[in-house]
Amino acid sequence: MRAVDALMECLKAEDVEVVFGLPGGANLPTYDAFYDAGIRHVLVRHEAGGGHAAEGYAKATGRVAVCFGTSGPGATNLVTPICDAMMDSVPVVFITGQVRTDLLGTDGFQEADTMGMTLPMVKHSFMVQDAQDLPAMIHEAFHIARTGRPGPVLVDIPVDLSKDDIEYLPRTEVELPGYQPIIEGNQRQIRLAANALAHSRRPVLYAGGGVISAEASAELIALAHAGSFPVTCTLMGLGAFPATDPQWLGMLGMHGTRAANYSMDEADLIVCIGARFDDRITGKLDEFAPHAKFIHIDVDPAEISKNVPAHIPIVGDAKNILSRLLGEYRATEADPARLDEWLERIQAWKDKYPLSFADSEDSEIKPQFMIQALHEATGGEAIVTSDVGQHQMWTAQHYGFPAPRRWINSGGLGTMGFGLPAAIGAQIGCPDQMVVVVAGDGSLQMNSQEFATVVQEGLPIKVFILNNGFLGMVRQWQEMFWDNRYSHVDLREHSPDWVKLADAYGMKGVQLTQKESLVEDMKAVLAMDGPVLCDVLVSREENTFPMIPAGAAARDMVG
Amino acid sequence: MNEQEITGPMSLESLQASVGVRTGRTHILTILVENKPGVLSRVAGLFARRGFNIDTLAVGPTEDPDFSRITLTVDGAVHPIDQVTKQLHKLINVIKIRDLEPGEAVQRELAMFKIDADGARRAEVLQIVEIFRGKIVDLGQLTIVVEITGTSEKIEAFEQMIRPFGLVEMARTGEIAISRGGTET
Ligand SMILES: Cc1ncc(C[n+]2csc(CCOP(=O)(O)OP(=O)(O)O)c2C)c(N)n1
Ligand SMILES: [Mg+2]
Repeated sequence: MRAVDALMECLKAEDVEVVFGLPGGANLPTYDAFYDAGIRHVLVRHEAGGGHAAEGYAKATGRVAVCFGTSGPGATNLVTPICDAMMDSVPVVFITGQVRTDLLGTDGFQEADTMGMTLPMVKHSFMVQDAQDLPAMIHEAFHIARTGRPGPVLVDIPVDLSKDDIEYLPRTEVELPGYQPIIEGNQRQIRLAANALAHSRRPVLYAGGGVISAEASAELIALAHAGSFPVTCTLMGLGAFPATDPQWLGMLGMHGTRAANYSMDEADLIVCIGARFDDRITGKLDEFAPHAKFIHIDVDPAEISKNVPAHIPIVGDAKNILSRLLGEYRATEADPARLDEWLERIQAWKDKYPLSFADSEDSEIKPQFMIQALHEATGGEAIVTSDVGQHQMWTAQHYGFPAPRRWINSGGLGTMGFGLPAAIGAQIGCPDQMVVVVAGDGSLQMNSQEFATVVQEGLPIKVFILNNGFLGMVRQWQEMFWDNRYSHVDLREHSPDWVKLADAYGMKGVQLTQKESLVEDMKAVLAMDGPVLCDVLVSREENTFPMIPAGAAARDMVG
Repeated sequence: MNEQEITGPMSLESLQASVGVRTGRTHILTILVENKPGVLSRVAGLFARRGFNIDTLAVGPTEDPDFSRITLTVDGAVHPIDQVTKQLHKLINVIKIRDLEPGEAVQRELAMFKIDADGARRAEVLQIVEIFRGKIVDLGQLTIVVEITGTSEKIEAFEQMIRPFGLVEMARTGEIAISRGGTET
């Protein structure tokens, strides 16, 4: 059969239920195969939209997502989502067309060195040189994307080879001698960690996106409850520990809560699970958690001691390790009373510094109020995607995620325009769940072409624009650190009329401006059939607080 | 640490973070890789991206045509070697990495020197070549080309000696290494 037909068989063998993509010259054979392969293909309007939709699908479902693009500009358009997926460890297989093999390296029409330009931002990549190798490569790509620390894998297929006749033998087992992720945590290290926890008087559990990837949320909760340990999560880890739990400290880091950051600052033992001590977490590295010893649990050995030296490293799968750590911790029979003083101190911080804001005295909607209203209108139960900026941080702070895979955002790369396409993937992966986007008025303009995809697929996504008329996060930095010199951040004059834009795409559009009726108005929007674009006008110059200024220490939080 | 110590009482103060140290010496890493397209770019790109400096790099086939061996030297005074090797291990085509301890391996490098050696100075140059057991591989009217094989130190020592005579050009392969005795490299 043709290599591209074998490709379709491979996708079916991997249980792929949907792919995202956009065709072009170099992947015409692939699209010919899609014509009657019986695989759902979602046509996006820009490859970046396709890539982020794939990410949204993968993050919402935990499954490997697939995205197709053509050579040259198709591939360059995929660079942002590939990099985004790498930074946030999202399992996506990207399959690109490439020019004919005899044109490779000649600057042929629509030739780009796709392998070369994505080399630093893939977990792995393949270039097909013999069509007969394609099926094995596809299965290897899925295996690599899914296992260990998940990530993007690229398969680049020259167009001539994609038409070659090959022999296809169904098989999905892979042979990768250089790739053996460690799953089982070392027993000795786990026991050592349990013992350290039993001896600690000021412990904190610090969980990241790895807990969600490993489906280890239940194990995290069980360990926290068994030891009365306070828990904080990174931006990527939100939902891994329920925001309603009394042991929840809130998010940590640059826009985290004081309770979380002060706890890290005074802790004697920090258990980092599936997180990577990013600079947005540590602030000034020399002054980060100065009294703490570190237990670092991660499936990627290269993360251990990369930024902060670990005292007890444990390499392996978080689910495996956390469940065994719980058993070992119970066996220590540690006296819970040793934490009384610590937990009181934390409670005092929580009481003294709740996430608060000065509400408006008129009917102007404060952005924080908008997110709290969204929480109320959705019952806290929606899958929420976001773009990047102030609105993202306010959503992280104020929505209160109760479960994993509900909060889908671009953390590592901070990609504006992520929210709408990611919601497409999330809604397709979870058709029975409520999916909402908290969009920035700036960010949304970076991928608004995907409204066409939303309408085409009949997806009931509700998009709420936190419309402050600014590239707000940049404006905040200019206000705080650049002497109020607002340089090229004002969007108000020349943003589209969002209600008309929605109408142009054939979907409903509404504008909300009144604080008093906001919750009810949002509920009405959520109750509408089909997609709705909801433009919420908020205070223009509100700042996202609290904040650890870049390069400062946690105890020097402002706002 | 034995089981007793782990299960018995322990104070947090006794915990040590041991990794991330700079060793202060040159490390020879031999890296067995699958012979796949782009593998050298992956290794080189990783070094560039993480800010690790490669001092020397040599690539060639092994006894098995499916695999190549990359030998590279890195300054352990500048970079934490464990970070370098852990990052390398993440590359799917990297099968094995060994950080060869100086005593357990034999290292060799080949270098060629084009030296000004006309008239009176020629005899003196030839004498130095003799001492270093170099080979004359090209003999011209004004210049000679000398091949030296040995450790990097030997090659550097030869370079020092010959510079005053007029070193026209130099080319070095970078070190390769293989473990001594029965152990695999
Ligand atoms: C692609 C891209 N370009 C630039 C930036 C830098 N940046 C970070 S936040 C931000 C402002 C985003 O504005 P908006 O979407 O309106 O969100 P707001 O901060 O106003 O809530 C910008 C420009 C980015 N993160 N991504
Ligand atoms: Mg804005």
